[in-house]
Amino acid sequence: MANHNISRRTLLTGTAAAGALSLTGLPARAEVNWKKYAGTKLEVILAKGPRGDNLQKNIKEFTELTGIQVESEQIPEQQQRQKVVIELTSGRPSFDVVHLSYHVQKRQFEKAGWLADMTPFMKDPTLTAPDLVESDFSAAGLQYAKNDKGQMLSLPWSVDYFILYYNKELFQKKGVAVPKTFDEMVAAAEKLTDPKDGTYGFVGRGLRNANMTLWTNFFLNYGGEFLDAKGNILTDGPEAIAATKLYQTLLTKVAPPGVAGFNWMESMASFTQGRSAMWIDGVGWAPPLEDPAASRVVGKVGYTVVPAGPKGQYSATYGDGIGIAAASKNKEAAYLLCQWVVSKKQGARLLQAGGGVPFRNSILNDPEIQSGVKMPKEWLQSVIDSAKISKLGLPVVIPVAEFRDLVGAALTSTLSGADPATELKKAHEQYRPILERSEKA
Amino acid sequence: MSALTQSTPAAASTEAAPEKELRPPSYWPFVVPALVVVLAIIIFPWVFTIWMSLNEWKVGSPTTLVGFSNYLRLTSDPRFIEAIGHTMVYTALSVLLPLVLGTFAAVVFHQKFAGRGFLRGIFIMPMMATPVAIALVWTMMFHPQLGVLNYLLSLVGIPALLWVFHPATVIPSLVLVETWQWTPLVMLIVLGGLAAIPTEPYESAQIDGASFWQVFRFITLPLIMPFLFIAGMIRMIDAVKSFDIIFAITQGGPGSASETINIYLYSVAFTYYDLGYGSAIAVVFFLLIVLLTAVMLYARQRMLWTEIASGA
Repeated sequence: MANHNISRRTLLTGTAAAGALSLTGLPARAEVNWKKYAGTKLEVILAKGPRGDNLQKNIKEFTELTGIQVESEQIPEQQQRQKVVIELTSGRPSFDVVHLSYHVQKRQFEKAGWLADMTPFMKDPTLTAPDLVESDFSAAGLQYAKNDKGQMLSLPWSVDYFILYYNKELFQKKGVAVPKTFDEMVAAAEKLTDPKDGTYGFVGRGLRNANMTLWTNFFLNYGGEFLDAKGNILTDGPEAIAATKLYQTLLTKVAPPGVAGFNWMESMASFTQGRSAMWIDGVGWAPPLEDPAASRVVGKVGYTVVPAGPKGQYSATYGDGIGIAAASKNKEAAYLLCQWVVSKKQGARLLQAGGGVPFRNSILNDPEIQSGVKMPKEWLQSVIDSAKISKLGLPVVIPVAEFRDLVGAALTSTLSGADPATELKKAHEQYRPILERSEKA
Repeated sequence: MSALTQSTPAAASTEAAPEKELRPPSYWPFVVPALVVVLAIIIFPWVFTIWMSLNEWKVGSPTTLVGFSNYLRLTSDPRFIEAIGHTMVYTALSVLLPLVLGTFAAVVFHQKFAGRGFLRGIFIMPMMATPVAIALVWTMMFHPQLGVLNYLLSLVGIPALLWVFHPATVIPSLVLVETWQWTPLVMLIVLGGLAAIPTEPYESAQIDGASFWQVFRFITLPLIMPFLFIAGMIRMIDAVKSFDIIFAITQGGPGSASETINIYLYSVAFTYYDLGYGSAIAVVFFLLIVLLTAVMLYARQRMLWTEIASGA
């Protein structure tokens, strides 16, 4: 770099770039050398789901573009998380590229130093296409992908906003308007509940651990913050108690019996059978709801943002990313793959099939891509609106699983009549030492 | 098992003594492979587990020796203490019910009637299915709004139950699945026992005018006791370590109402990645199983079942 003589190559690139600039009016950048790592073999470990499917289905295009061979496997989410952690701990993971759940694994991966830093790659014009820039990712995505030092440790892949699904037919029958606030939601749910008929106003996750992702929508809208500046957990404060009371009311008064054991699957079953009028869950369920083979409510589903609470309106946000194992020997090739995974083309496919929502604004806001979305327009609108009010849905700490289990169990107990404040207090008495232990270690 | 305990001391005392001087102790090389295997897959993992339990050992963090603090933590961990209770209740129920029903089924299938072989075959089928597949089917049947079980109850006018979706009914519901699957095993074992019983005692009982219940209580039951004992032992071992059905249906929920030691241990070690604490749970769990087995062995002694067996 200290050499100030202009080499022939630099001169040629410069001239070509200047030429390109004058022709297209775009800023000059060197071309990505896609074929540079041709012949490399990459191993990818994926969580099972539409994201993994989308990668595997189109991977041939990547191999054609780069000459890089890709072996990938999809494993059910929970098992994939375990396998990845165990392999990374061993120091010799069998994979180069890893699909990670930010809301569960972010802190753990950062602290253990398992992911390679992508920042230098992103600055290298021979490795990074000009349209892939940091500012294109939504704020939540960057918050997830970057560590405290501002290094990009992964590329944000797909975001999961929580939205309100509602059954238009049931709403019409009872003359109920789509709720805009929590109070309206409770009132609407009461009107829509008719146990004799077997229909209920609201359904959502009651099962311990899984239920936290629903509850945090309430918590955030009551003005809750997960951690204070010193990293102390705040989820047993007044906001949490208010949120739990709402959760308790909804799931005991206007929800189907047995909801305490419902995960998303049972909730979805109740909703698709037309037995529940409202459901708050991740944005990715539109395809099964609109599938005539699996659903009785095709064409009758309304999609909107989570109603506002007394202290604001947020959509609890979760997401996954794609990163490179620090122990991988093929980091550059792996980076090319990660880049392709979050590329405009792949992101558009994901969005259009309703299988996920890319973190990249240039994809979400592209009218051409939007017009190709196969899901109802309302769904897309709820996604776009949720993006504007998105807020991370779980505390960014290492013991996320313990948090979800302990506080989640407290929530479930309130469904059999326990007092929210007491249960939360008890759960946090157990959780605080765990958090302390893991953060000091 | 009885063959083992009885024959080893006898063999050692009668055969080894006179040949001792003729044969040099050259049999050691033959022991080595077995010794290596035992060391590698039984002794070493155990010693290592105990070592891990004495450390603060979290995946992704350095480990530190902390002595017995993991064990002390157990004594004040409400989830662990509750899990012991759940394990006990679950085990007791899922040993007793299959034993009672399996014995009953065996007595029924011991009679001669048309289509017996075919019906026996059908009866054994649950045992052959994969537990996780069974669990998923039962989960759907348990669904309080859409499941077939509540529909069946409604046909006979019984109000809907919440099955695995309520803390109070979750363990009995899980035991129902376990019982459904493993009653055939008990039936098979007891059926083998029934086939081995001689007919003479029954004949004399008939002459004495014993009722059906008296025959069962005073002849059949004592004679099949050794078989029931074995069936009970197998069931207990299976029930204590039961994991697949509980995990696939409830994952320990609702709340932690069906969290057994096994499920909790799994969460601690593989979801929280707290290997040190998880190892401590494993060690305590192991001691608990040893204790249970000791109680069973003591009960066996009390029943003098070996004498009954040899007498028969």
